[in-house]
Amino acid sequence: MSQPSISQRGRDWFHALCGQQPLLAGYPPSLLVADSELAGQPARYIAVVADPHNPFIRARHGEVGLLEGWALAAAIDAAVEADRQQPCQRAIVAIIDVPSQAYGRREEAYGIHQALAAAAAAYAGARLAGHPVIGLIVGKAMSGAFLAHGYQANRLLALDDAGVMVHAMGKQAAARITLRTVEELETLAASIAPMAYDIASYASLGLLWQLLKVQQPDQPTPADVQLVRAALTEALHDIQADPQRDLRQRLHGEHRQATRQVRELLQRQWAENEG
Amino acid sequence: MSHQQDIARLLQGRSFIELSARERAHCLLDAGSCRELAGPFERLYSPWLSAQGIVAQADDGVVICKGLLDGQPAVVAAIEGSFQGGSLGEVGGAKLACALELAAADNRRGIATRAVILFETGGVRLQEANLGLAAIAEIHAAIADLVRYQPVIGIIAGTVGCFGGMSISAGLCSYLIVTREARLGLNGPQVIEQEAGVAEYDSRNRPFIWSLSGGEQRHACGLADALLEDDSVLIRQQLLHYFASGLPGTPRHRRSQHTLQRLLAIDSAAQADADSARQLFQQGARP
Repeated sequence: MSQPSISQRGRDWFHALCGQQPLLAGYPPSLLVADSELAGQPARYIAVVADPHNPFIRARHGEVGLLEGWALAAAIDAAVEADRQQPCQRAIVAIIDVPSQAYGRREEAYGIHQALAAAAAAYAGARLAGHPVIGLIVGKAMSGAFLAHGYQANRLLALDDAGVMVHAMGKQAAARITLRTVEELETLAASIAPMAYDIASYASLGLLWQLLKVQQPDQPTPADVQLVRAALTEALHDIQADPQRDLRQRLHGEHRQATRQVRELLQRQWAENEG
Repeated sequence: MSHQQDIARLLQGRSFIELSARERAHCLLDAGSCRELAGPFERLYSPWLSAQGIVAQADDGVVICKGLLDGQPAVVAAIEGSFQGGSLGEVGGAKLACALELAAADNRRGIATRAVILFETGGVRLQEANLGLAAIAEIHAAIADLVRYQPVIGIIAGTVGCFGGMSISAGLCSYLIVTREARLGLNGPQVIEQEAGVAEYDSRNRPFIWSLSGGEQRHACGLADALLEDDSVLIRQQLLHYFASGLPGTPRHRRSQHTLQRLLAIDSAAQADADSARQLFQQGARP
Protein backbone atom coordinates (compact mmCIF):
# COMPACT_ATOMS: atom_id res chain seq x y z
CA MET A 1 0.00 0.00 0.00
CA SER A 2 1.27 3.45 -0.75
CA GLN A 3 0.30 6.70 0.89
CA PRO A 4 1.12 9.68 -1.33
CA SER A 5 2.54 12.71 0.41
CA ILE A 6 0.41 15.78 -0.08
CA SER A 7 1.66 18.33 -2.56
CA GLN A 8 0.82 22.04 -2.26
CA ARG A 9 2.16 22.93 -5.69
CA GLY A 10 -1.16 22.90 -7.52
CA ARG A 11 -2.75 25.14 -4.91
CA ASP A 12 0.25 27.51 -4.77
CA TRP A 13 0.51 27.95 -8.53
CA PHE A 14 -3.25 28.36 -8.82
CA HIS A 15 -3.19 31.25 -6.34
CA ALA A 16 0.01 32.68 -7.83
CA LEU A 17 -1.59 32.83 -11.28
CA CYS A 18 -5.08 34.03 -10.44
CA GLY A 19 -4.10 36.40 -7.67
CA GLN A 20 -6.92 37.53 -5.43
CA GLN A 21 -9.78 36.38 -7.63
CA PRO A 22 -12.48 34.72 -5.49
CA LEU A 23 -13.11 31.01 -5.96
CA LEU A 24 -16.28 30.16 -7.82
CA ALA A 25 -18.85 28.60 -5.50
CA GLY A 26 -20.61 25.29 -5.99
CA TYR A 27 -17.60 23.02 -6.37
CA PRO A 28 -16.15 20.58 -3.83
CA PRO A 29 -13.16 21.89 -1.79
CA SER A 30 -10.88 19.62 -3.83
CA LEU A 31 -11.56 21.69 -6.94
CA LEU A 32 -10.35 25.28 -7.21
CA VAL A 33 -12.05 27.27 -9.97
CA ALA A 34 -11.59 31.01 -10.58
CA ASP A 35 -12.26 33.38 -13.42
CA SER A 36 -9.37 35.73 -14.02
CA GLU A 37 -7.46 36.86 -17.08
CA LEU A 38 -4.58 35.85 -19.29
CA ALA A 39 -2.95 38.43 -21.56
CA GLY A 40 -5.87 40.74 -20.86
CA GLN A 41 -8.41 38.16 -22.04
CA PRO A 42 -10.85 36.26 -19.82
CA ALA A 43 -9.56 32.92 -18.55
CA ARG A 44 -10.84 30.23 -16.20
CA TYR A 45 -8.18 28.60 -14.01
CA ILE A 46 -8.82 25.14 -12.58
CA ALA A 47 -6.80 23.02 -10.14
CA VAL A 48 -7.50 19.72 -8.38
CA VAL A 49 -6.03 19.91 -4.85
CA ALA A 50 -5.86 17.76 -1.73
CA ASP A 51 -8.84 17.92 0.64
CA PRO A 52 -8.22 16.09 3.95
CA HIS A 53 -11.97 16.09 4.57
CA ASN A 54 -13.00 14.70 1.20
CA PRO A 55 -16.11 12.56 1.86
CA PHE A 56 -14.51 9.91 -0.35
CA ILE A 57 -11.56 8.73 1.74
CA ARG A 58 -9.53 7.40 -1.18
CA ALA A 59 -9.42 10.88 -2.74
CA ARG A 60 -7.93 12.93 0.09
CA HIS A 61 -4.41 13.47 -1.26
CA GLY A 62 -5.23 15.33 -4.42
CA GLU A 63 -6.34 12.29 -6.41
CA VAL A 64 -8.94 12.76 -9.13
CA GLY A 65 -11.92 10.79 -7.84
CA LEU A 66 -15.67 10.71 -8.37
CA LEU A 67 -16.42 14.23 -7.14
CA GLU A 68 -13.40 15.72 -8.87
CA GLY A 69 -14.17 14.13 -12.23
CA TRP A 70 -17.79 15.24 -12.31
CA ALA A 71 -16.96 18.67 -10.83
CA LEU A 72 -14.27 19.26 -13.47
CA ALA A 73 -16.89 18.50 -16.11
CA ALA A 74 -19.34 20.90 -14.47
CA ALA A 75 -16.75 23.71 -14.21
CA ILE A 76 -15.71 23.41 -17.84
CA ASP A 77 -19.17 22.84 -19.29
CA ALA A 78 -20.39 25.96 -17.43
CA ALA A 79 -17.72 28.09 -19.13
CA VAL A 80 -18.55 26.62 -22.55
CA GLU A 81 -22.25 27.25 -21.99
CA ALA A 82 -21.67 30.83 -20.79
CA ASP A 83 -19.48 31.69 -23.80
CA ARG A 84 -21.55 29.94 -26.46
CA GLN A 85 -23.02 33.18 -27.82
CA GLN A 86 -19.88 35.25 -27.18
CA PRO A 87 -17.57 36.33 -30.01
CA CYS A 88 -14.56 35.15 -27.97
CA GLN A 89 -14.32 31.95 -25.92
CA ARG A 90 -12.41 32.31 -22.66
CA ALA A 91 -9.18 30.39 -22.20
CA ILE A 92 -9.17 27.46 -19.81
CA VAL A 93 -5.97 26.90 -17.85
CA ALA A 94 -5.64 23.51 -16.14
CA ILE A 95 -3.04 23.60 -13.36
CA ILE A 96 -1.90 20.02 -13.07
CA ASP A 97 -0.55 18.42 -9.91
CA VAL A 98 -2.42 15.14 -9.57
CA PRO A 99 -0.72 12.12 -7.90
CA SER A 100 -3.21 9.62 -9.38
CA GLN A 101 -6.84 8.77 -9.88
CA ALA A 102 -8.56 7.46 -6.74
CA TYR A 103 -8.12 3.73 -6.15
CA GLY A 104 -10.99 2.32 -4.13
CA ARG A 105 -14.06 0.13 -3.97
CA ARG A 106 -16.51 3.04 -3.78
CA GLU A 107 -14.84 4.62 -6.78
CA GLU A 108 -15.21 1.53 -8.95
CA ALA A 109 -18.74 0.78 -7.74
CA TYR A 110 -19.92 4.32 -8.44
CA GLY A 111 -18.35 4.46 -11.88
CA ILE A 112 -15.18 6.55 -11.54
CA HIS A 113 -14.39 5.74 -15.19
CA GLN A 114 -17.55 7.62 -16.17
CA ALA A 115 -16.64 10.58 -13.92
CA LEU A 116 -13.24 10.82 -15.60
CA ALA A 117 -14.86 10.44 -19.01
CA ALA A 118 -17.11 13.39 -18.16
CA ALA A 119 -14.05 15.52 -17.39
CA ALA A 120 -12.13 14.43 -20.50
CA ALA A 121 -15.21 15.02 -22.67
CA ALA A 122 -15.68 18.48 -21.17
CA TYR A 123 -12.08 19.51 -21.87
CA ALA A 124 -12.22 18.10 -25.40
CA GLY A 125 -15.60 19.74 -25.94
CA ALA A 126 -14.26 23.10 -24.79
CA ARG A 127 -11.31 22.79 -27.16
CA LEU A 128 -13.61 21.89 -30.07
CA ALA A 129 -15.91 24.79 -29.18
CA GLY A 130 -13.01 27.19 -29.67
CA HIS A 131 -11.78 27.68 -26.11
CA PRO A 132 -8.00 27.79 -25.97
CA VAL A 133 -7.15 25.07 -23.43
CA ILE A 134 -3.71 25.11 -21.80
CA GLY A 135 -2.34 22.47 -19.45
CA LEU A 136 0.37 23.59 -17.03
CA ILE A 137 2.09 20.68 -15.27
CA VAL A 138 3.60 21.90 -11.99
CA GLY A 139 3.83 18.55 -10.15
CA LYS A 140 2.65 15.03 -10.88
CA ALA A 141 0.49 14.26 -13.89
CA MET A 142 -0.33 10.62 -13.43
CA SER A 143 -2.33 8.27 -15.56
CA GLY A 144 -6.13 8.53 -15.41
CA ALA A 145 -5.90 11.69 -13.33
CA PHE A 146 -3.99 13.43 -16.12
CA LEU A 147 -6.36 12.03 -18.79
CA ALA A 148 -9.21 13.69 -16.86
CA HIS A 149 -7.41 16.92 -16.00
CA GLY A 150 -5.26 18.46 -18.68
CA TYR A 151 -4.38 15.88 -21.33
CA GLN A 152 -7.00 17.28 -23.72
CA ALA A 153 -5.29 20.69 -23.76
CA ASN A 154 -4.29 22.37 -27.04
CA ARG A 155 -0.86 22.99 -25.54
CA LEU A 156 0.95 21.33 -22.62
CA LEU A 157 3.60 23.16 -20.62
CA ALA A 158 5.62 21.77 -17.72
CA LEU A 159 8.02 23.07 -15.12
CA ASP A 160 11.51 21.69 -15.64
CA ASP A 161 12.00 20.15 -12.22
CA ALA A 162 12.60 16.79 -10.57
CA GLY A 163 9.24 17.03 -8.80
CA VAL A 164 7.43 17.14 -12.13
CA MET A 165 6.46 13.75 -13.46
CA VAL A 166 4.17 12.28 -16.09
CA HIS A 167 3.43 8.58 -16.06
CA ALA A 168 0.89 5.82 -16.60
CA MET A 169 1.37 4.27 -13.17
CA GLY A 170 3.39 4.82 -9.98
CA LYS A 171 6.73 2.98 -9.87
CA GLN A 172 5.79 0.43 -7.19
CA ALA A 173 2.56 -0.61 -8.87
CA ALA A 174 4.10 -0.60 -12.36
CA ALA A 175 6.88 -2.90 -11.14
CA ARG A 176 4.39 -5.29 -9.53
CA ILE A 177 2.09 -5.41 -12.55
CA THR A 178 4.92 -5.98 -15.06
CA LEU A 179 6.54 -8.56 -12.74
CA ARG A 180 9.72 -6.54 -12.30
CA THR A 181 11.59 -4.98 -9.41
CA VAL A 182 11.68 -1.20 -9.06
CA GLU A 183 15.41 -1.37 -9.84
CA GLU A 184 14.77 -3.29 -13.07
CA LEU A 185 12.12 -0.76 -13.99
CA GLU A 186 14.56 2.10 -13.46
CA THR A 187 17.25 0.38 -15.52
CA LEU A 188 14.82 -0.09 -18.41
CA ALA A 189 13.56 3.47 -18.10
CA ALA A 190 17.11 4.73 -18.63
CA SER A 191 17.10 3.42 -22.22
CA ILE A 192 13.36 3.32 -23.06
CA ALA A 193 12.19 6.93 -23.17
CA PRO A 194 8.42 6.34 -22.84
CA MET A 195 8.98 4.33 -19.64
CA ALA A 196 11.00 7.04 -17.89
CA TYR A 197 9.53 9.11 -15.08
CA ASP A 198 11.52 12.33 -15.57
CA ILE A 199 10.15 15.30 -17.45
CA ALA A 200 13.09 15.57 -19.90
CA SER A 201 12.38 12.06 -21.22
CA TYR A 202 8.73 13.00 -21.46
CA ALA A 203 9.67 16.10 -23.43
CA SER A 204 11.61 13.88 -25.88
CA LEU A 205 8.29 12.26 -26.84
CA GLY A 206 7.19 15.58 -28.33
CA LEU A 207 4.13 15.89 -26.15
CA LEU A 208 5.15 19.13 -24.45
CA TRP A 209 4.96 22.49 -26.10
CA GLN A 210 7.38 24.09 -23.65
CA LEU A 211 9.52 23.18 -20.66
CA LEU A 212 9.90 26.05 -18.19
CA LYS A 213 12.88 26.52 -15.89
CA VAL A 214 11.78 28.33 -12.75
CA GLN A 215 13.75 29.15 -9.59
CA GLN A 216 11.37 27.80 -6.98
CA PRO A 217 8.75 25.37 -8.24
CA ASP A 218 7.46 24.92 -4.68
CA GLN A 219 7.15 28.54 -3.68
CA PRO A 220 7.20 30.50 -6.91
CA THR A 221 9.01 33.84 -6.81
CA PRO A 222 7.50 36.87 -8.58
CA ALA A 223 10.00 36.26 -11.40
CA ASP A 224 8.85 32.62 -11.66
CA VAL A 225 5.25 33.70 -11.91
CA GLN A 226 6.15 36.28 -14.53
CA LEU A 227 8.03 33.68 -16.57
CA VAL A 228 5.13 31.21 -16.45
CA ARG A 229 2.58 33.93 -17.26
CA ALA A 230 4.64 34.92 -20.30
CA ALA A 231 4.73 31.30 -21.47
CA LEU A 232 0.97 30.90 -20.96
CA THR A 233 0.42 34.10 -22.93
CA GLU A 234 2.59 32.80 -25.74
CA ALA A 235 0.69 29.50 -25.71
CA LEU A 236 -2.61 31.37 -25.85
CA HIS A 237 -1.51 33.39 -28.89
CA ASP A 238 -0.10 30.27 -30.54
CA ILE A 239 -3.44 28.48 -30.13
CA GLN A 240 -5.42 31.47 -31.35
CA ALA A 241 -3.26 31.67 -34.48
CA ASP A 242 -3.65 27.94 -35.17
CA PRO A 243 -6.57 26.94 -37.41
CA GLN A 244 -6.41 23.37 -36.02
CA ARG A 245 -8.04 22.67 -32.69
CA ASP A 246 -7.00 19.02 -32.44
CA LEU A 247 -3.91 17.39 -30.88
CA ARG A 248 -1.79 16.91 -34.03
CA GLN A 249 0.79 19.35 -32.71
CA ARG A 250 1.99 16.52 -30.39
CA LEU A 251 2.97 14.11 -33.14
CA HIS A 252 6.43 15.38 -34.02
CA GLY A 253 8.60 14.06 -31.17
CA GLU A 254 11.91 12.35 -31.87
CA HIS A 255 10.66 9.20 -30.14
CA ARG A 256 7.36 9.04 -31.99
CA GLN A 257 8.59 7.80 -35.37
CA ALA A 258 6.42 4.69 -35.21
CA THR A 259 3.35 6.83 -34.56
CA ARG A 260 3.99 8.89 -37.69
CA GLN A 261 4.71 5.79 -39.78
CA VAL A 262 1.48 4.11 -38.68
CA ARG A 263 -0.57 7.24 -39.30
CA GLU A 264 0.86 7.77 -42.77
CA LEU A 265 0.14 4.19 -43.79
CA LEU A 266 -3.36 4.21 -42.35
CA GLN A 267 -4.23 7.49 -44.06
CA ARG A 268 -3.01 6.19 -47.40
CA GLN A 269 -4.86 2.88 -47.13
CA TRP A 270 -8.03 4.57 -45.90
CA ALA A 271 -8.14 6.75 -49.00
CA GLU A 272 -7.30 3.85 -51.38
CA ASN A 273 -10.57 2.25 -50.39
CA GLU A 274 -12.52 4.96 -52.15
CA GLY A 275 -11.03 4.43 -55.60
CA MET B 1 -36.11 -21.29 -20.86
CA SER B 2 -35.79 -25.03 -20.29
CA HIS B 3 -32.52 -26.87 -19.95
CA GLN B 4 -33.04 -28.48 -23.38
CA GLN B 5 -33.68 -25.12 -25.01
CA ASP B 6 -30.55 -23.73 -23.34
CA ILE B 7 -28.43 -26.50 -24.80
CA ALA B 8 -30.00 -26.09 -28.26
CA ARG B 9 -29.35 -22.35 -28.15
CA LEU B 10 -25.72 -22.82 -27.13
CA LEU B 11 -25.16 -25.34 -29.93
CA GLN B 12 -26.84 -23.24 -32.59
CA GLY B 13 -25.69 -19.79 -31.52
CA ARG B 14 -22.45 -18.27 -32.64
CA SER B 15 -20.35 -17.13 -29.70
CA PHE B 16 -18.76 -13.71 -29.99
CA ILE B 17 -16.44 -14.09 -27.02
CA GLU B 18 -14.73 -17.12 -28.52
CA LEU B 19 -13.71 -15.15 -31.61
CA SER B 20 -10.40 -13.35 -32.04
CA ALA B 21 -10.39 -9.57 -32.49
CA ARG B 22 -10.05 -9.97 -36.26
CA GLU B 23 -12.90 -12.48 -36.45
CA ARG B 24 -15.09 -10.22 -34.32
CA ALA B 25 -14.55 -7.30 -36.66
CA HIS B 26 -15.27 -9.47 -39.71
CA CYS B 27 -18.51 -10.89 -38.33
CA LEU B 28 -19.89 -7.43 -37.51
CA LEU B 29 -19.31 -5.81 -40.90
CA ASP B 30 -21.51 -6.62 -43.91
CA ALA B 31 -20.42 -9.86 -45.58
CA GLY B 32 -17.69 -9.32 -48.15
CA SER B 33 -17.19 -5.64 -47.32
CA CYS B 34 -14.40 -5.92 -44.76
CA ARG B 35 -10.89 -4.70 -45.56
CA GLU B 36 -8.17 -4.57 -42.95
CA LEU B 37 -5.99 -1.44 -42.82
CA ALA B 38 -2.42 -1.39 -41.51
CA GLY B 39 -2.78 -5.16 -41.16
CA PRO B 40 -0.25 -7.73 -39.94
CA PHE B 41 1.51 -8.03 -43.32
CA GLU B 42 2.63 -4.44 -42.94
CA ARG B 43 4.72 -5.67 -40.01
CA LEU B 44 4.06 -2.72 -37.75
CA TYR B 45 5.80 -4.08 -34.69
CA SER B 46 6.08 -2.13 -31.48
CA PRO B 47 9.58 -0.62 -31.47
CA TRP B 48 9.70 -0.82 -27.65
CA LEU B 49 8.83 -4.43 -26.83
CA SER B 50 11.75 -6.24 -28.44
CA ALA B 51 14.14 -3.91 -26.61
CA GLN B 52 12.70 -5.41 -23.43
CA GLY B 53 12.88 -9.04 -24.53
CA ILE B 54 9.15 -9.27 -25.19
CA VAL B 55 7.90 -10.90 -28.40
CA ALA B 56 6.08 -8.30 -30.48
CA GLN B 57 3.10 -8.98 -32.75
CA ALA B 58 2.79 -7.82 -36.36
CA ASP B 59 -0.49 -5.99 -35.79
CA ASP B 60 0.46 -4.80 -32.28
CA GLY B 61 -2.81 -6.20 -30.99
CA VAL B 62 -5.13 -3.74 -32.75
CA VAL B 63 -7.17 -4.66 -35.84
CA ILE B 64 -8.65 -1.87 -37.99
CA CYS B 65 -11.31 -2.99 -40.45
CA LYS B 66 -13.05 -0.71 -42.87
CA GLY B 67 -16.23 -1.79 -44.59
CA LEU B 68 -19.98 -1.41 -44.55
CA LEU B 69 -22.49 -1.76 -41.76
CA ASP B 70 -26.01 -2.15 -43.08
CA GLY B 71 -24.72 -0.66 -46.33
CA GLN B 72 -23.22 2.42 -44.65
CA PRO B 73 -19.47 3.14 -44.46
CA ALA B 74 -18.01 2.04 -41.15
CA VAL B 75 -14.78 1.27 -39.36
CA VAL B 76 -14.41 -1.37 -36.66
CA ALA B 77 -11.39 -1.10 -34.35
CA ALA B 78 -10.88 -4.31 -32.40
CA ILE B 79 -8.39 -4.78 -29.58
CA GLU B 80 -6.94 -8.29 -29.23
CA GLY B 81 -7.15 -9.14 -25.55
CA SER B 82 -4.89 -12.17 -25.87
CA PHE B 83 -1.86 -10.06 -26.87
CA GLN B 84 -0.27 -8.32 -23.86
CA GLY B 85 -3.63 -8.18 -22.10
CA GLY B 86 -5.08 -5.98 -24.82
CA SER B 87 -2.79 -3.20 -23.63
CA LEU B 88 -2.30 -0.16 -25.86
CA GLY B 89 1.19 0.86 -26.86
CA GLU B 90 2.47 3.35 -29.40
CA VAL B 91 1.59 1.45 -32.60
CA GLY B 92 -1.79 0.00 -31.61
CA GLY B 93 -2.75 3.28 -29.98
CA ALA B 94 -1.85 5.25 -33.11
CA LYS B 95 -3.89 2.85 -35.29
CA LEU B 96 -6.94 3.27 -33.12
CA ALA B 97 -6.68 7.07 -32.73
CA CYS B 98 -5.95 7.65 -36.40
CA ALA B 99 -8.82 5.41 -37.59
CA LEU B 100 -11.30 7.40 -35.49
CA GLU B 101 -9.82 10.70 -36.70
CA LEU B 102 -10.21 9.55 -40.30
CA ALA B 103 -13.84 8.62 -39.64
CA ALA B 104 -14.44 12.13 -38.27
CA ALA B 105 -12.66 13.66 -41.27
CA ASP B 106 -14.90 11.59 -43.58
CA ASN B 107 -17.96 13.05 -41.88
CA ARG B 108 -16.66 16.58 -42.37
CA ARG B 109 -16.48 15.99 -46.11
CA GLY B 110 -19.90 14.40 -46.37
CA ILE B 111 -19.14 10.70 -45.95
CA ALA B 112 -21.11 9.45 -42.95
CA THR B 113 -18.55 6.92 -41.67
CA ARG B 114 -19.52 5.21 -38.40
CA ALA B 115 -17.23 3.65 -35.83
CA VAL B 116 -17.33 0.64 -33.54
CA ILE B 117 -14.69 -0.07 -30.90
CA LEU B 118 -14.27 -3.59 -29.51
CA PHE B 119 -12.74 -3.10 -26.07
CA GLU B 120 -10.73 -5.98 -24.61
CA THR B 121 -8.07 -4.03 -22.85
CA GLY B 122 -6.24 -3.42 -19.63
CA GLY B 123 -5.48 0.14 -20.77
CA VAL B 124 -1.99 1.58 -21.18
CA ARG B 125 0.77 -0.92 -21.98
CA LEU B 126 3.16 -0.25 -19.12
CA GLN B 127 6.20 -1.25 -21.21
CA GLU B 128 5.45 1.78 -23.44
CA ALA B 129 3.90 3.76 -20.63
CA ASN B 130 3.87 7.40 -21.67
CA LEU B 131 3.36 6.72 -25.37
CA GLY B 132 0.39 4.48 -24.55
CA LEU B 133 -1.03 7.19 -22.31
CA ALA B 134 -0.55 9.85 -24.99
CA ALA B 135 -2.26 7.66 -27.60
CA ILE B 136 -5.20 7.12 -25.26
CA ALA B 137 -5.58 10.89 -24.82
CA GLU B 138 -5.63 11.10 -28.63
CA ILE B 139 -8.28 8.37 -28.76
CA HIS B 140 -10.39 10.38 -26.30
CA ALA B 141 -9.98 13.46 -28.48
CA ALA B 142 -10.98 11.52 -31.59
CA ILE B 143 -14.10 10.01 -29.99
CA ALA B 144 -15.15 13.43 -28.66
CA ASP B 145 -14.79 14.81 -32.19
CA LEU B 146 -16.52 11.95 -34.04
CA VAL B 147 -19.56 11.74 -31.74
CA ARG B 148 -20.56 15.18 -32.93
CA TYR B 149 -21.47 13.55 -36.27
CA GLN B 150 -22.14 9.83 -35.77
CA PRO B 151 -22.65 7.43 -32.90
CA VAL B 152 -19.48 5.71 -31.70
CA ILE B 153 -20.46 2.33 -30.32
CA GLY B 154 -18.37 0.38 -27.83
CA ILE B 155 -18.66 -3.34 -27.25
CA ILE B 156 -17.18 -5.03 -24.20
CA ALA B 157 -17.80 -8.74 -24.63
CA GLY B 158 -15.13 -10.52 -22.60
CA THR B 159 -12.98 -12.00 -21.31
CA VAL B 160 -10.34 -9.36 -20.66
CA GLY B 161 -12.70 -6.51 -19.80
CA CYS B 162 -12.08 -2.83 -20.28
CA PHE B 163 -9.87 -0.94 -17.84
CA GLY B 164 -7.53 1.99 -17.38
CA GLY B 165 -7.59 4.89 -19.80
CA MET B 166 -9.65 2.80 -22.20
CA SER B 167 -12.50 2.60 -19.68
CA ILE B 168 -12.62 6.38 -20.06
CA SER B 169 -12.84 5.83 -23.84
CA ALA B 170 -15.78 3.49 -23.20
CA GLY B 171 -17.37 6.22 -21.09
CA LEU B 172 -17.15 8.59 -24.08
CA CYS B 173 -18.98 6.26 -26.48
CA SER B 174 -22.53 7.07 -27.58
CA TYR B 175 -23.69 3.53 -26.79
CA LEU B 176 -22.08 0.70 -24.92
CA ILE B 177 -22.96 -2.98 -25.39
CA VAL B 178 -21.86 -5.53 -22.77
CA THR B 179 -22.31 -9.22 -22.02
CA ARG B 180 -22.46 -10.81 -18.56
CA GLU B 181 -18.85 -11.86 -18.98
CA ALA B 182 -17.73 -8.25 -19.52
CA ARG B 183 -16.10 -6.09 -16.87
CA LEU B 184 -15.76 -2.33 -16.97
CA GLY B 185 -13.81 -0.26 -14.47
CA LEU B 186 -11.09 2.35 -14.23
CA ASN B 187 -8.57 0.48 -12.11
CA GLY B 188 -7.88 -3.20 -12.49
CA PRO B 189 -8.51 -5.28 -9.34
CA GLN B 190 -4.81 -6.09 -8.89
CA VAL B 191 -3.82 -2.42 -8.95
CA ILE B 192 -6.51 -1.42 -6.46
CA GLU B 193 -5.44 -4.18 -4.12
CA GLN B 194 -1.82 -3.06 -4.50
CA GLU B 195 -2.66 0.59 -3.81
CA ALA B 196 -5.43 0.28 -1.23
CA GLY B 197 -5.06 -3.15 0.36
CA VAL B 198 -6.93 -6.42 0.17
CA ALA B 199 -9.64 -5.26 2.59
CA GLU B 200 -10.56 -2.51 0.12
CA TYR B 201 -10.45 -4.74 -2.96
CA ASP B 202 -9.77 -8.47 -3.05
CA SER B 203 -8.46 -9.12 -6.54
CA ARG B 204 -9.00 -12.90 -6.16
CA ASN B 205 -12.65 -12.69 -5.23
CA ARG B 206 -14.30 -13.13 -8.61
CA PRO B 207 -17.96 -12.94 -7.50
CA PHE B 208 -17.17 -9.68 -5.66
CA ILE B 209 -15.40 -8.21 -8.72
CA TRP B 210 -18.22 -9.13 -11.09
CA SER B 211 -20.82 -7.81 -8.62
CA LEU B 212 -19.22 -4.34 -8.90
CA SER B 213 -17.78 -4.17 -12.42
CA GLY B 214 -19.51 -6.98 -14.33
CA GLY B 215 -21.66 -6.39 -17.40
CA GLU B 216 -24.95 -7.07 -15.63
CA GLN B 217 -24.19 -4.57 -12.84
CA ARG B 218 -22.94 -1.89 -15.24
CA HIS B 219 -26.10 -2.28 -17.28
CA ALA B 220 -28.30 -2.11 -14.16
CA CYS B 221 -26.52 1.14 -13.23
CA GLY B 222 -27.04 2.65 -16.66
CA LEU B 223 -23.30 2.69 -17.35
CA ALA B 224 -23.93 0.37 -20.32
CA ASP B 225 -26.91 0.50 -22.66
CA ALA B 226 -27.46 -3.12 -23.67
CA LEU B 227 -26.76 -6.39 -21.88
CA LEU B 228 -26.71 -9.20 -24.42
CA GLU B 229 -26.15 -12.92 -24.64
CA ASP B 230 -22.78 -13.99 -26.01
CA ASP B 231 -24.12 -14.23 -29.56
CA SER B 232 -22.60 -12.58 -32.62
CA VAL B 233 -25.93 -12.23 -34.38
CA LEU B 234 -27.61 -10.51 -31.45
CA ILE B 235 -24.66 -8.17 -30.96
CA ARG B 236 -24.70 -7.19 -34.63
CA GLN B 237 -28.46 -6.59 -34.55
CA GLN B 238 -28.08 -4.30 -31.54
CA LEU B 239 -25.31 -2.42 -33.31
CA LEU B 240 -27.51 -1.80 -36.35
CA HIS B 241 -30.37 -0.74 -34.08
CA TYR B 242 -28.22 1.89 -32.36
CA PHE B 243 -26.85 3.26 -35.63
CA ALA B 244 -30.40 3.51 -36.94
CA SER B 245 -31.42 5.41 -33.77
CA GLY B 246 -28.75 8.06 -34.26
CA LEU B 247 -27.04 10.03 -31.51
CA PRO B 248 -28.38 9.70 -27.95
CA GLY B 249 -30.22 12.73 -26.56
CA THR B 250 -28.02 13.19 -23.51
CA PRO B 251 -24.73 11.32 -23.51
CA ARG B 252 -23.86 9.59 -20.22
CA HIS B 253 -21.04 12.01 -19.51
CA ARG B 254 -23.26 15.10 -19.71
CA ARG B 255 -24.98 14.56 -16.38
CA SER B 256 -22.47 16.15 -14.02
CA GLN B 257 -24.80 18.25 -11.86
CA HIS B 258 -27.22 15.40 -11.29
CA THR B 259 -24.50 12.86 -10.51
CA LEU B 260 -22.62 15.26 -8.21
CA GLN B 261 -25.76 15.84 -6.17
CA ARG B 262 -26.40 12.13 -5.90
CA LEU B 263 -22.81 11.44 -4.83
CA LEU B 264 -22.91 14.15 -2.17
CA ALA B 265 -26.21 12.78 -0.84
CA ILE B 266 -25.03 9.22 -0.20
CA ASP B 267 -23.36 8.01 2.99
CA SER B 268 -19.81 7.85 1.69
CA ALA B 269 -18.53 6.52 5.04
CA ALA B 270 -20.28 3.23 4.30
CA GLN B 271 -18.41 0.86 2.00
CA ALA B 272 -19.99 0.41 -1.42
CA ASP B 273 -21.61 -2.74 -2.75
CA ALA B 274 -23.69 -3.71 -5.76
CA ASP B 275 -26.94 -2.59 -4.12
CA SER B 276 -25.68 0.83 -3.03
CA ALA B 277 -24.41 1.42 -6.57
CA ARG B 278 -27.75 0.47 -8.12
CA GLN B 279 -29.50 2.78 -5.68
CA LEU B 280 -27.20 5.66 -6.56
CA PHE B 281 -27.81 5.31 -10.27
CA GLN B 282 -31.42 4.21 -10.31
CA GLN B 283 -33.04 6.70 -7.94
CA GLY B 284 -34.01 9.59 -10.10
CA ALA B 285 -31.38 8.50 -12.54
CA ARG B 286 -33.23 9.71 -15.61
CA PRO B 287 -33.86 13.42 -15.19
